[in-house]
Order: sequence, then structure tokens, then C-alpha cells
Amino acid sequence: MSLPLNNFTQLENFGHSLRAPSYCFRPARNEDIHEAFQLAKKLGLTVTARGAGRSYNDASLNGGGIALDMSCMNRILEWDPASGLVRCEPGVTLEQLWQCVEPAGWWPPVVSGTMKTTLGGCLAANIHGKNNFQKGPIGEHVSEFTAILPTGALITCTPQQNADLFYALISGLGMLGIFTSITLQMKRIYSGLIAVDARPVSNLHSHLRNLLEDAPHYDYIVGWLDTTAGGQSLGRGQIHAARNLKEGEDPEPQKTMQLAYQHLPDRLFGVMPKSLLHYFMNPFMNNVGVWCINTAKYVTSLRKHTFRQSHAEFHFLLDYVPDWERSFGRGGLIQYQSFLPKETAEDTWREMIRLSHRTGLPSYLGVTKRHRPDKFLLTHALDGFSLAMDFKVTSHTRAQLSRLLQEFDRMVLNGGGRFYFAKNSETSAGSARAFLGEETIVKFKKLKKRCDPDNLLESDLYKRVFE
Amino acid sequence: MTDSPHPQGKRRRGALATPAPATPLNPRRRGIIVGASDGLGAALARRLAREGYTLALLARRKEKLEALRDEINRHSGEPRVRVYVHDVTEYKKVPELLRKIVADLGGLDLVVFVTGVNYPPGGIDKYNFENDRKMVEVNLIGAMAWLTPIAEMFHSAKAGQIVGISSVAGDRGRVGNPGNNTSKAGLTTYLEALRNRLTRHGVNVLTVKPGFMKTEMLKAALGSTPFAIEPEKAADDIIKALKKRKQVIYTAPIWRWIMLAIQHTPSFIFRKLSF
Repeated sequence: MSLPLNNFTQLENFGHSLRAPSYCFRPARNEDIHEAFQLAKKLGLTVTARGAGRSYNDASLNGGGIALDMSCMNRILEWDPASGLVRCEPGVTLEQLWQCVEPAGWWPPVVSGTMKTTLGGCLAANIHGKNNFQKGPIGEHVSEFTAILPTGALITCTPQQNADLFYALISGLGMLGIFTSITLQMKRIYSGLIAVDARPVSNLHSHLRNLLEDAPHYDYIVGWLDTTAGGQSLGRGQIHAARNLKEGEDPEPQKTMQLAYQHLPDRLFGVMPKSLLHYFMNPFMNNVGVWCINTAKYVTSLRKHTFRQSHAEFHFLLDYVPDWERSFGRGGLIQYQSFLPKETAEDTWREMIRLSHRTGLPSYLGVTKRHRPDKFLLTHALDGFSLAMDFKVTSHTRAQLSRLLQEFDRMVLNGGGRFYFAKNSETSAGSARAFLGEETIVKFKKLKKRCDPDNLLESDLYKRVFE
Repeated sequence: MTDSPHPQGKRRRGALATPAPATPLNPRRRGIIVGASDGLGAALARRLAREGYTLALLARRKEKLEALRDEINRHSGEPRVRVYVHDVTEYKKVPELLRKIVADLGGLDLVVFVTGVNYPPGGIDKYNFENDRKMVEVNLIGAMAWLTPIAEMFHSAKAGQIVGISSVAGDRGRVGNPGNNTSKAGLTTYLEALRNRLTRHGVNVLTVKPGFMKTEMLKAALGSTPFAIEPEKAADDIIKALKKRKQVIYTAPIWRWIMLAIQHTPSFIFRKLSF
């Protein structure tokens, strides 16, 4: 068996800022994955599973190795509308999932900001949503999964059975095994609508105080942070706190839970295709343009108000403008997300935002969330907040941006913070060791040796932070 | 924070730059040089390493390769060079070795095929099939064995740069060394064909036509060797052309005009000349 060279494909991260060429294969069955492992072993190559390629960093890249594009394994195997349990193949996207369960009055318990992600990828990164402080990461809603290990073994894990592997494969970045089926518990909803309270916050202190104090009263909370504002207004923004409607609050739940009602419009004002929008956004994607946009957005958000919107609109903001990441231009973007304890978040982020201004590399978009710890092995969560910042990448700012983000890493570690492996491209092995702790790394490596004795599963991310 | 230069930007020649560590945003570009043990190949290796490349160097002579590796790695302060002992006429071994190198480097951005041999027949009235065959096997078929799978890779990856070191010798069939003329003319044409295939897929193919260069090969040349240049000078020209994504260059540049004259010399004159 020889590896054909004509499927050597340049793969990118979601932000189009990192590239790595890999031999691409699209397995359709478990046996295909096993075959890829055997081939890799024979040729001395490494393997990485790739879902939708929505990671902001190199989590699904494997330069010079094999990339398994899991998008063919995208069948929903079982769906029980009575209990809300759904069993899926790993390539099923959140889009497929919510469209399957929503008409019956269910919603995925945890979703990312885009519905294009696959469940396999969601579990590997153990994604969180705007409800992390209530519902934890997606892994807490998995009742069972099966996975194929590089040794060829098929394993079944639940929180009780093979518990060590359950808590390590979820959050394990696809480095211990590849999911083959995932059973998830959906969450009951009584309306296709969600009630949102929007209120402005004028500085970082009140921003974080709002997140902290309001969170217990809501199901979801998320803040937009104007990362271009400095001085007294540093950290200003808008909080969106939302709750699911209770039974009876929506007079027409059957209507609002229809898929047609959840549809994200694909045209602006009914005329302009939104797929063209990113071309019009591009000219504003520079320090001055973004400052104008952020300031205008803050001014328009000053009105405190309450409204209802569909689940799809509220959760999948990133899908609202298709290909929005293209508006960052040819160099693309990178997202930097830091998790900080309640006590140190304010000071650390103030310093970080000031540093980004001094460097002349302000973030173009900031999003804050409230978090609580969980017990997965490579967890990023803690009792505190997270701030995700998008940075534009251009060929002449790459080196400078890289140094800025490494400096951020040091500041976050000083504040006792953590990182999320689906974002942050510059986190080094040293930083990873510092926040995960030696004990966790040893435990992970031990499991890695047990599941993958030949080190067949390796991504660029793994090589960066664990080798 | 220190202000070190961008990896693809200008870096002082010969400076012991301590590079920023490679990170995803600050990646090293990756290149293969086939025929890197000395002469132009070695000069290119030193020059590309200074440009911030990580390199796979291939040649037959292990000791020379390893000495070069140690020198470059010491200079750049990080392991930037890997070496692979290989004879380009072992065509069957190429795909596997290529796969291994690409996995070791974590991808591939640039391939330079430098390997070339020159065995003159020893006079304008001498004929030697064995020598001619060796030249074609190394200079032409060796290049095709490497550049074909690489072209296929770059084609599907829609990115990459290929550099082939041909020669002014391929521009006209002359009395002195028919075998060499043929191998280099074949290589020039092969590179042109690759360029025509690959440009539309975002891949750049650069044909380099050196005149005389002060390397071991120069000793084999008969007669005078005008405009002979140091291999370091040729390497500089090639790097410049790479950055500008040029298609064909002569080095030294004066050969463009000399070869223009030679190519346009009518046959009834050219066949009476003795060079």
C-alpha cells in the first residue's frame, strides 16, 4: 500500500492564518480509520482527525502527516424524542444536531458560537458555551461514547465505565483515540425563542461585576468588550444575559420551534446576499476602521432593553455573516482566549489590553464569558471569566503579534489563569505545563502511551505543547 | 520585548542572529536541497538557513553533508538542517524518501535541485556514450525523478516553489560536450513544461542557468572560463529571484546577453565555430 501524493492538501485553521499540508483521507467507516493507522505505522507518518476545521489554531493541522477528514462519518444513528438522547457519528455537526432535535422540543445542552463544528471536534476540545457557568462543558452531557484507538482497539466509555479514558478522551485533543460514536443528552426547551436582556457596561470593573452578579439569574451570559477603548472606558461593552422561556411563556411554541422560524436570513434587508458582506467589511478591518465600528457599536448599545430572539440567532452569532473571517484579509486572524480567576481577571486584562494598544496591535473583537471548573483532564475552565480576543494577522505583523501573545501568556500565568487548546496558537510547552501542572501532564502522557504506544496520533498542536 | 527581524525579512549577513523560537505565527519555511554537499548547493544551504528556512540537505557524501549541517546549526543557534544521504540515480527510492523528509520537516515550501555532473568527452573529436549516459541519468532523469512527485504534491497543495539548476550549456548544442548540452537542454525544457503546468496552481518554477562557477565542476571545463563567479554570488542571485518569483535567470546576468547572441547565431556560422 502506498500513499497517493495527489491528495496532499494545504489545510488551514479557521482564521486562515496558519497552514500545513497533509495527506487527506475521508474515512466512512471505523475500518477505514483503522486502515489509516496501519498505513501511518508502516510509513512512519502521524495521523490527526479533522472535523470541520473550525479551531482557531493548529489543533486539526498535521504538517507532512495524514489528516482524517471526518465529514463523511456524519450520520445521526439514533434519536429518541421521548428521552432526548441522541447517538451520532463524530462528523455530525451541531447544525445537523439542532435541526434534528429542535422541532421535538430539545436543544443541544452546550453549543459553540458557530453551528459548523463537528461533535468529534467539540468533544476533543471539550467546548464550552455561553452557559458554561451553569451547564459546564459539552463533556458533562455525554452519556457514552465509543472510540477507536491507534492499537485498533474499540473502546466504550461512560462516566462509570473506563472513567479515566472518558475524562481524558473528552478534552484530549484527539490524541488518545478517535471518536466513532457519541451519545449526548439534549436539553428540554418550551419555546423556539429565548429572552435576552441587553445592557451596557461602561468599564472593565462594571463589566466583570455584571457578569459575576447576573450569571446566577440567567441560563446564558455573554459580554461584548470594546477592545479598542482605553483610558477610563477600558473594558466597556454590552452584556447579553438570556434565559430559556418556561412552559407557557411562549403562546405559540409549536410555531417558534419550527425550523423555518429558526432560519438565519441569508440576505441583508431581503436584497443583499450576506455571503458578499465580508467584502464590504474588509476595508474597515484596520485599527482606525475597527475603532470606529466598536465605538459606534457601543453608542448604539447604550440603550438597556429586553427582547426575544430565536435560539439559532442567539447562539450562532458567528454564522450570522457567512465567511466573516475572510474580512480580515489575506493574512487572516488568530483568536487569543485567556481564562482568569475572578480575583485577578480585572487587573490582568487591563494590563493586557493596554499592552496591545501600546504595541499598536489592538484586538478587533473581545468576548467575555463566565465559567466554572470541571473535572476533565486537560480542562481549561476555572471559577472566573474568559476573554476571547480576535487579532488580525498580516505578513509583517506576524512576528510582533507572536511576541505579544507570548507576553500575554506570561501575564495570564502570573494571574493564575488557564488556556483553551482550540484557540491560542503561541502557547508553548512551558506555558502548558505551568497551567496544567506536572501531575496532569504525566497522567496524560501515561494514558497516551497506553492508548497510542507508537505515537501515531499527533497534531501540530500536540507537537507544540506536549513535546 | 526585543525587536528581532521578521524571518522572511532582511537579516544581516553572517550575523549570529538569535532567532525568535518557531511558533505557528512565526513559522520556519521548509526547503529541500538536492545536491548540497558543496559548491552551489552548499552556498544555497547557508544562504537559505540565514533566510530562516529549515532545510533537508541531500547528497551522496555523508561526511561533507554532516560537516555542513554542523556548521549551519552552530551558526543559526538551533537545529535547522537535517541531512539525508542519497544518490539521485536511485530513482525508486525517491518517493519514500520524499515522504519521510516532508514528515520530518512538517511540510514543504521549496525544492532546489542542484545535483549535476559534467563529464566532457575530452576533445571535439572524441565520443563517449558512457559519460553521456551518466550525465543524462543524473542531470535530467535524476531531476525528473525528484521533481515529478514534488510537482504532484505542490500541484494538489496549490503552493510551493521549485528551483532547477540547469545551465547555459542547454541553450545550444555545441561541439564540445553533446551529452551535457542534451541533459541541460532536456532539464530546461522539463522545467518550462512544469512551469506551464503549475503556475495556474500557484506554484512557481524557477530555471537557473549559471555560466561558469568557481566550483569543482569548473576543473572539468576545457579552455578558458570567462565571467566565472563564486557560488555564493550565484546563491544570492537565486534567492533574489526566488523572492521575486522569477521564471528564468542567468547567473552571472551577463550570460543572458551572451546566450542571446549565441542562440541567434545562424547555423551556417555556428557549425564552423569550435566552442
